[in-house]
Amino acid sequence: MKLAYWMYAGPAHIGTLRIATSFRDIHAIMHAPLGDDYFNVMRSMLERKRDFTPVTASVVDRHVLARGSQEKVIHNIHRKDKEENPSLILLTPTCTSSILQEDLQNFVNRASQDCNADVILADVNHYRVNEMQAADKTLEQIIRFYIQKAKKDNSLKLDKTPLPSVNLIGPCNLSFHHQHDLAELRRLLQDLNISINEIIPEGASVNNIQNLSKAWVNIVPYREIGRGAADFLFQEFNIPYTTISPIGVVETSRFIRQLEQLIVQQGYPCDFTKYIEIQTRFVSQSAWFSRSIDCQNLAGKTAVVFGDATHAAALTKILVKEMGVEVLLAGTYCKGEEEWFKEEVGNYTKQLLFTDDHHLVGDLIAKLEPSAIFGTQMERHIGKRLNIPCGVISAPVHIQNFPLSYRPFMGYEGSNQIADLIYNSFTLGMEDHLLELFGGHDTKDIIATSLSLGNSIEWDENANEELRKIPGFVRGKVKRNVEKFAKTNRLKKITIEVMYAAKQQESSNL
Amino acid sequence: MSIQSPELNSPLSFECETGNYHTFCPISCVSWLYQKIEDSFFLVIGTKTCGYFLQNALGVMIFAEPRYAMAELEEADISAHLSDYVELKRLCQVIQKDRNPSVIFWIGTCTTEIIKMDLEGIAPKLEAELGIPIIVARANGLDYAFTQGEDTVLASLAQSCHPRIEKLSSSLDEKNSNPQLILFGSIPDPIVKDLSFELEQYGIKIGGWLPGKRYTQLPQLAEGDFVCGIHPYLSRTATTLMRRRKCRLIGAPFPIGPDGTKAWIEKICSVLNYPTPGLNEKEAKVWEQLQALITPLNSKSVFFMGDNLLEISLARFLIKCGMVVYEIGIPYLDKRYQAAELSLLEKTCAEKGQFVPVIVEKPDNYNQIDRIKDLQPDLVITGMANANPLEARGLRTKWSVEFTFAQIHGFQNAHTILELIGRPLRHMPKFDDFNQMEYATIR
Repeated sequence: MKLAYWMYAGPAHIGTLRIATSFRDIHAIMHAPLGDDYFNVMRSMLERKRDFTPVTASVVDRHVLARGSQEKVIHNIHRKDKEENPSLILLTPTCTSSILQEDLQNFVNRASQDCNADVILADVNHYRVNEMQAADKTLEQIIRFYIQKAKKDNSLKLDKTPLPSVNLIGPCNLSFHHQHDLAELRRLLQDLNISINEIIPEGASVNNIQNLSKAWVNIVPYREIGRGAADFLFQEFNIPYTTISPIGVVETSRFIRQLEQLIVQQGYPCDFTKYIEIQTRFVSQSAWFSRSIDCQNLAGKTAVVFGDATHAAALTKILVKEMGVEVLLAGTYCKGEEEWFKEEVGNYTKQLLFTDDHHLVGDLIAKLEPSAIFGTQMERHIGKRLNIPCGVISAPVHIQNFPLSYRPFMGYEGSNQIADLIYNSFTLGMEDHLLELFGGHDTKDIIATSLSLGNSIEWDENANEELRKIPGFVRGKVKRNVEKFAKTNRLKKITIEVMYAAKQQESSNL
Repeated sequence: MSIQSPELNSPLSFECETGNYHTFCPISCVSWLYQKIEDSFFLVIGTKTCGYFLQNALGVMIFAEPRYAMAELEEADISAHLSDYVELKRLCQVIQKDRNPSVIFWIGTCTTEIIKMDLEGIAPKLEAELGIPIIVARANGLDYAFTQGEDTVLASLAQSCHPRIEKLSSSLDEKNSNPQLILFGSIPDPIVKDLSFELEQYGIKIGGWLPGKRYTQLPQLAEGDFVCGIHPYLSRTATTLMRRRKCRLIGAPFPIGPDGTKAWIEKICSVLNYPTPGLNEKEAKVWEQLQALITPLNSKSVFFMGDNLLEISLARFLIKCGMVVYEIGIPYLDKRYQAAELSLLEKTCAEKGQFVPVIVEKPDNYNQIDRIKDLQPDLVITGMANANPLEARGLRTKWSVEFTFAQIHGFQNAHTILELIGRPLRHMPKFDDFNQMEYATIR
């Protein structure tokens, strides 16, 4: 048993559902107790999805516990097959079904006999993998299933596209800024005259999977999700892939050069040098920004970086190489990526950290006292407590990190966004210090004192205690209202009864 | 005790569907109970799934060093390689050292049920060893929905209340000559004060609340005490108080809305033989004050998809306000515990000349959405999983969970309910050209 207050990566079934619901024709059926379908709330709230989340539960209740699911799962699969007419029904195990040890594969086999949809069982073990690992596995499983199916009925497209093309593998629901990253990658590839063959799974149909083999190169923009699938496609069709994330000016050009190399290797000459140069000098503002006077102010500033492997590594490199900021500590909660992370950023930071314990992260930040933090929602709150500004760079995140406006992290526009994020975090910190030095914004207090002048009304002890319980941000207003009420009614002392009477009158004035 | 099931010839009709609906897991009750019971610590013994739900559903609360945590079960716990007893002892010692609570609640989950972890058996042993009370509640998704979590916790608390020894119990045959009134249900302190104040006006002294502000202030219970619930979802607690503690339950409608509050006060007073002069006038005055909020709701239709068991009381209040309720979805309905509420619903419908809405237990969200499409109600009260998709299809929705977290009890808070209900209907942005559109994905 582990005493846990908070976790960076969610349980396995969340990863599976993120993949399933990113396809447009998959319906997932969770074998789970009531209340485990919280995923639907997250997708509907955070991503503000307009359609009903195609996830239903085959509810595990007392009866299931006593007698097994029996026909229930099969019935639910048949029902969704008829109601929603999906291409694939993905039976998703949860922590509960992991220990019930029912033969879910058997249900799948039986249900698929008279279903229009394909039916498969997501092959993830709750106790062995986390959200990201499960997403990676599920994506690979679905791709494998449909490639094998296409092989069987000879519908596999084996000829490459005539001109260079790529698959984007991995972007899915509830990822960090992935919609914006996708748009930016689209633009980047279009500039390079490389067509996008398929994007999997975001917005794709399972019927697109048989086309995957037509691409020249696979791109896995986020290393946590998609490498399993890219590996499989490499073994199966010899499609090379890159896992360089084009985040930051330097990495974006490295990404483009890698693409160039992989395409040239396949006998198609191309040279993106000029493109990189022009983009770096004129389209992206970020390279110029790092030369500018503003950025000189960042010299000697310190930062701590923590997040998923992709974003934490990218930000560390940007801070050190592009902005000249000293990174005191870089870390990730993706423990599986330890070796890669060490190799990528080991030279750019004094200390590496691999943990999923947010207390440890918080303690280290408190000890190091950086001028800014770049982390997840948790680090943002740690920063709030320690009064250190924080830029959010990685999941897990809240709704404010699903912005409506265009906020890519990838490509040249992404580098501009990141430069703003970094600069704003540091100047905010500086402004705060200056304010403190000069005694803060002082107008508030003066207004408050002048308003309470001539206040001769007495609060009795109980009423005062009651007042203290009212949250700070409305307390002043409540106090003023009650005193106003007391004055109009010529009361000298405020008791709890007076407070209630004032409240009652106030609500009647609504 | 005068609890009756609704009459056979009553116009109420009950249906039961498949139970495929969205609701919160009952462990969510820790979020409000740890705040209510100030010296408590809640340990949820479950998996990452439970933890993930809590941290996401409770949003920012999680960052405020809450007095709850997960005892996250790992593979070795599931396969019984580790001893539950040793593991729980280790974690509780850490909690004791770091937080020094007066009580630790163990919240059992689906997983502890399935692997049959003997929490009730381990607790007394550890209690003695560590010198701290441990209370076990099985708030799991196998058996319960959302607010019923509180019910399981309070039922366990009711069992651990100390018996009250009457100082003057001289006569042997009359065990409790001086019965007290204990109210049960967790509500924020301002409402506790408010409702106590209402009853005190008619001379009723409340003997205690279950739960109180602190575990150390739990009410003492004696055989024959009167108890009354303030939430519609506390049927296990009521049963425990009656059967285990031999208390007498006052079956009243719940103090939600001025009508409910009045009926609640009236019922308590009538059982305890206190007259209620001026109560009708008081209620009338509250209605008068609410008029501005009620008028725009007149004849607007509502559909409750059902997820928190407050549905019957809310529907009854809204019908009284002149709204038309098409369907009352509800996770679970205890017809005995809610009997008075059900008959007030019936009465209200008759009085307003409204048909009695069908009550759908264990609803099926898919079927409900079908019915919603046909009925096109003005307002759907639903969970967050369905709210945005329904809005995209031109329906107006209200997030049902808000009714659980807002202060809705008593005369003073009726306006909160109406504001919540009125907001989606009132706050239509003014650009009509856009609002007439549907926003569902183009197919």
